Amino acid sequence: MSPSFRGLEIRPLRGLAWRFSFPVLTAAACIFLFAFGYSYFYIRSLILNDAGRDAESVTMATVSRVEVILKGVERPPAFLARRLEGTKPPLREIQRQIIDLLQTNPEIFGSAVAYEPYGYDEKSLYFAPYVCRSPYGGLAPTFLGGDDYRYFYLDWYQIPRELGRPAWSEPYLDEGGGNILMATYSVPFYTWREGERAFLGVVTADISLQWLTQAVRDLTPSQAGFSFLVSRNGVFVAHPREEYVMRQSIFSIAEEHGDGDLRRIGREMIAGGKGFVELKDYFAGERAWLYYAPLPSLGWSVGVVFPAHKLFAGVRKLAAVTLFLGGAGFVALLLVIISVTRGVTQPLVCLAGKARELAGGNLDTEVPVVSSRDEVADLARSFRDMRDSLKVYIRDLTRTTAAKERIESELKIARSIQMSFLPRRFPPFPERREFRVFAVVEPAREVGGDLYDFFLLEGGRLFFAVGDVSGKGMPAALFMAVTKTLLKDAASRCGTPEGALGNLNDRLCEDNEATMFVTIGCGVLAYETGEMTLASGGHNPPVVVAGGRASFVDNPPGILLGVQPGAAYGTARLRLRPGDLVILYSDGVTEAMNEQGEMFSEERLLATVAARAGGTPEEVAGAVLAAVRGFAGGAPQSDDITILVLRYDGPGGP
Amino acid sequence: MIRDHGARGWNLHCVFGRPLGLFLLLAVCLLVSPGEALPSPPDAYRATFLPQWLPQAQFAGFYVAQAKGFYKARGIDLTILKGGPDLPAGPALAAGRADFVTLFLAEALKLRDRGLDLVNIAQLVQRSGFILVANRQRGIVRPEDLNGKKVSLWTDFQTQPLAFFRRYGVEVRPVVQGSTVNLFLRGGVDAACAMWYNEYHTILSAGIDENELTVFFFDRHGLNFPEDGIYARRETCLREPELCRRFVAATLEGWEYAFGHPEEALQIVMKAMEEANVMGNRVHQRWMLNRMRDLMGVGDSGTPLGVLRREDYRRVAEELEKNGLIKASPPYGDFHVPLLSRP
Repeated sequence: MSPSFRGLEIRPLRGLAWRFSFPVLTAAACIFLFAFGYSYFYIRSLILNDAGRDAESVTMATVSRVEVILKGVERPPAFLARRLEGTKPPLREIQRQIIDLLQTNPEIFGSAVAYEPYGYDEKSLYFAPYVCRSPYGGLAPTFLGGDDYRYFYLDWYQIPRELGRPAWSEPYLDEGGGNILMATYSVPFYTWREGERAFLGVVTADISLQWLTQAVRDLTPSQAGFSFLVSRNGVFVAHPREEYVMRQSIFSIAEEHGDGDLRRIGREMIAGGKGFVELKDYFAGERAWLYYAPLPSLGWSVGVVFPAHKLFAGVRKLAAVTLFLGGAGFVALLLVIISVTRGVTQPLVCLAGKARELAGGNLDTEVPVVSSRDEVADLARSFRDMRDSLKVYIRDLTRTTAAKERIESELKIARSIQMSFLPRRFPPFPERREFRVFAVVEPAREVGGDLYDFFLLEGGRLFFAVGDVSGKGMPAALFMAVTKTLLKDAASRCGTPEGALGNLNDRLCEDNEATMFVTIGCGVLAYETGEMTLASGGHNPPVVVAGGRASFVDNPPGILLGVQPGAAYGTARLRLRPGDLVILYSDGVTEAMNEQGEMFSEERLLATVAARAGGTPEEVAGAVLAAVRGFAGGAPQSDDITILVLRYDGPGGP
Repeated sequence: MIRDHGARGWNLHCVFGRPLGLFLLLAVCLLVSPGEALPSPPDAYRATFLPQWLPQAQFAGFYVAQAKGFYKARGIDLTILKGGPDLPAGPALAAGRADFVTLFLAEALKLRDRGLDLVNIAQLVQRSGFILVANRQRGIVRPEDLNGKKVSLWTDFQTQPLAFFRRYGVEVRPVVQGSTVNLFLRGGVDAACAMWYNEYHTILSAGIDENELTVFFFDRHGLNFPEDGIYARRETCLREPELCRRFVAATLEGWEYAFGHPEEALQIVMKAMEEANVMGNRVHQRWMLNRMRDLMGVGDSGTPLGVLRREDYRRVAEELEKNGLIKASPPYGDFHVPLLSRP
């Protein structure tokens, strides 16, 4: 027996509960997890979309605000450059105009009008009046240019010159002015020389980028982690990590981490693109998404970083709650299933126990009543019915058995009584040496209908008879007892066999309401002479063994007794010689059957008797009985077997 | 520079004339003081070194040797000055503000030609890192494609590019190149000068991919001008040959250590930059250190570290003479004093 099967048998409750709950809970868990996963990812994508849109709107708002300011910064130098084309105002006038520009534009930190070498006049290699806001308040006019400051080769001058259009510089740190991040907007202006437009110089406007970096820093939608700003070269202009500012570019970060994706994103950013992309973990210390959009005036790019933990804080909380609820539901479901299963299995377990008790013989076991209206209740009901039927059956059986036992014991007693009717003491007349008689009955049932008898009559005569009552059992036995009693009386009264039979017949016919009958073969032996008279009432012919030869004696006429009142019986007479045998028997001998349905037959009887011709009556009877038994083999005895053997030994005895 | 112990300062120069005197002196020195075997107290020397530019990995070997105590171990109490535009190496060497400087070979030859009596005591960079970077999208893939293009050139380093243009017969429209590559990045010029270990990486770090650029390495066009070398005044060499020898030995050890332990070297360089208030990032310095390794030929079977090849010297000298940048060049043996070299 396998352990699991044993376990199942020992703990059937767990087996059923398991078989119910495992598939149900597994299916429930699968459905729940699928629904949970789907909703989680769906919500996540919604959040991402929202974050992207949110970032876009917030960023674009900031960008347009910044653009307004930048456009405001771009206009005055453009206006001044325009005015310088074709004219050459005196230095004072230029300075006045610069001061005017600064006074009307508070965002502008400083402004210069820088001419080409010898562009203003032929004596001055450098001519670049510059006015900036003094750290102590007010405006400080000065001049740019010198051997250590050849402004023609600086970006703010060269780039607009070579590009032929206004340009913003890369951000730079103004080392003189307290390391403020600055950027310069430069507008080229031209003159006409020999009919050609010739570059004459640039007008610049310097702005501090503090307000810009602050604006970018403030640009943080609720779910965003931080924002940053990169210049046209990808250099960080604003970033919460101060060590990045002006030192690292988005490309150096990408190189540091071997991140080709970030490099592509950076290129997209500085190319003026917009997008919402996923970043690798290192950028924000965790998985993050980046929204980026350009600052068109500067050609720079703003990035808003959404770290996963902020972005998905809501959905993660929801997920946690959902998982908790799901788990709790799961446990509740488990409990419900266990309780339901227990409700089903408890009665079953109980019934199984009761069945074991019933099997053990305790029919008074209480079968539990199941109140529900389901199959288990049906089972319990059937079970109770079965117990009740069993109880009734067993009670009846007990009663029947007791009755049968009583009958059997009575039959046993009846048999012993019946046998006690028959003379069973052998030799019956030890003082008589003229003859020797022996008889035996082998009833087919406990109480048979065969009889034999012998007794002495006056005048030196022996009466002997063998009868066979119709039917078996108790009625036959009683009829046989009546017959035996009447026969003795009739024989005593008449003294002859035919007379005894006639008398017996008449008396049996009286009040024979059961219409039973009997066959009787009888005879009287005058043992002084060996004269023998035989009569037969429908009985088997007797066998005589005379001179070693066995033969049947022809039956004298006579019908069976108890049927026809007044019937007459004939006689057959013989004279026996000493050593001769007369054998009376019932049809249980000749009609005994073997397993093939063959009868023992008269021939076999004759042969058996002939073989024992010289034997004593006991030997002959025993031989016949043995032959019949041997012939019948295993076949059941169907009729009583009665054998009576008389040996005549002559007046002097053997 | 202060010398603490016994005088050994005969002016052989006056006795024997310049080249012969120097050689004799060195021969005597090497015989008399066989290296560290001579018991010399620690901190026997105090000296000053000035790199030709701001602290960066281009000078990693010096900073590493200083940080790892290689100078100190050789009895040199070395001060490294902050180089850069405010303190050019040539004038500082001439003025005696620095005992040792690094210079490009061409630069050194020009200074020598102008009368600064300097000698090369060790050549570090064997391959020219000077390149011309061109915008491939503007159709520049071969040198000839530069014809008629706007090219920004550094005013101080024009010899190689001009020789390059001559070699390929191209006429460019030159623009003076400032201290940044922004003009090139903004498309103001079609090509620009760059050092392979510096500006080239700056361009890459501004988001330009290598396949968008065409790079002309001058050394691949027969114009190899060895660059960084260690220079001292002849007078210093004569007076303190042992100091010079030890300085070179410590420096070369510093370089070898830097290449053997690049991350530690970068740490040291970044620290030097921070102390000098120079902005920079590690990625850029790593690139620079790796390129210095390439340019110094470490690992190549070629020239031993410290040696200036005679043919390289000749080439540079002739090219400078041809362009009239120098009037004449000193004999190789008089210019390069191989105090020490690492095979």
